[in-house]
Amino acid sequence: MRPTLLSSTWVIARKDLAIEFRTRTAFLAVLVFAVLGVAVFYFAWDATAVAALDLAPGVLWVIFTFSGLLSLQRSFGVEQAERAMDGLLLSPIDREAIFLGKALANLLFVAGIQLVTIPAVALLYNLSLGRPLLILFGVALLAAVGLVAIGTLFSAMASNTRLAELLLPMLSLPFFVPVVYGAAQATSTLLAGRPSQEAWPFLKLLIAFDLVFLVACTLAFPYTLEE
Amino acid sequence: MLYAALTVRENVVLAARLYGVSDVRAATERALHHMRVLDRGDALVRALSRGLQQRVSIARALVHEPRVLLLDEPYTGLDALGAAALTDTLARLRGDGGTMVLVTHNIAQGLAVATHAAVMHGGRVLRLVRRDDLDSANYADEYRELVGGAA
Repeated sequence: MRPTLLSSTWVIARKDLAIEFRTRTAFLAVLVFAVLGVAVFYFAWDATAVAALDLAPGVLWVIFTFSGLLSLQRSFGVEQAERAMDGLLLSPIDREAIFLGKALANLLFVAGIQLVTIPAVALLYNLSLGRPLLILFGVALLAAVGLVAIGTLFSAMASNTRLAELLLPMLSLPFFVPVVYGAAQATSTLLAGRPSQEAWPFLKLLIAFDLVFLVACTLAFPYTLEE
Repeated sequence: MLYAALTVRENVVLAARLYGVSDVRAATERALHHMRVLDRGDALVRALSRGLQQRVSIARALVHEPRVLLLDEPYTGLDALGAAALTDTLARLRGDGGTMVLVTHNIAQGLAVATHAAVMHGGRVLRLVRRDDLDSANYADEYRELVGGAA
């Protein structure tokens, strides 16, 4: 019996997470990168010139963008060795399921990085997170959906090229702009302690981009596999 | 097509799930048993020798019991035990009504599982005979003569 889109998506995601859990190299490397990035920004920060509340959202989203890119690099790299991708393509699952499975695994990966980075930024920049913390994690997760959808698609395109490490950021970053803009504005509003309703227009922007990018990237993915 | 960071069993289970096998656990254990790698089920693929990895690859390819199999030099890299396991498995699949196209340069191993034998050269079939109609002892000489003559 041919597996459904949902079940094959989960099979692919579980496989990628199992590989990551077994090796742990990528997660630890990206986590160290994220924490070091936060530290570098902290030491370069002149507290008398820029207020922590003005700087923290930018720091947070610069770190998320670049650590996200780093984590997405490896997404299709695991399929290159032993031509494992051919095994997936020969199986009767939908090609969209390969994309969605990889995107889901990447989303959990990026969410794990966010889970550590947000408290690290709060600690170093002396931010009182309290109530907005939960909403902030929600914003981060919403933005991660858009970033991961775009990054997974371009990771698939770049993985077969010799300049994959360079090509992925070059292709992805322009498309990250609307997502990062919406997320940074919403974060800024929440950290400033303004009512969460003020962040709602940015959240709507994020949701709209998530939906558009998720659908468009899922539909475009099968074409990236054609030689 | 194996994932080096996963165990032998995880690789075969993954293939079974991708092909929608109904009883994944039973099919996986059966495939590993047929390729005689059941005792290495929990070993990481990257820790195995090339020959054992080849046996796992074949177990992975057979776990959903395909009705048509295309095998290109499947004996490459296999040790004697692996080659015997593969021959037994292919003979069983053939007995169950499966169709196989096996490409090999090892005539004895090919004839051990074949119902028909074809000699190909330059993309053309030079000779096609039923296995029962050919003389195994002289087939290697006939093959060399055909290929040599065509070259």
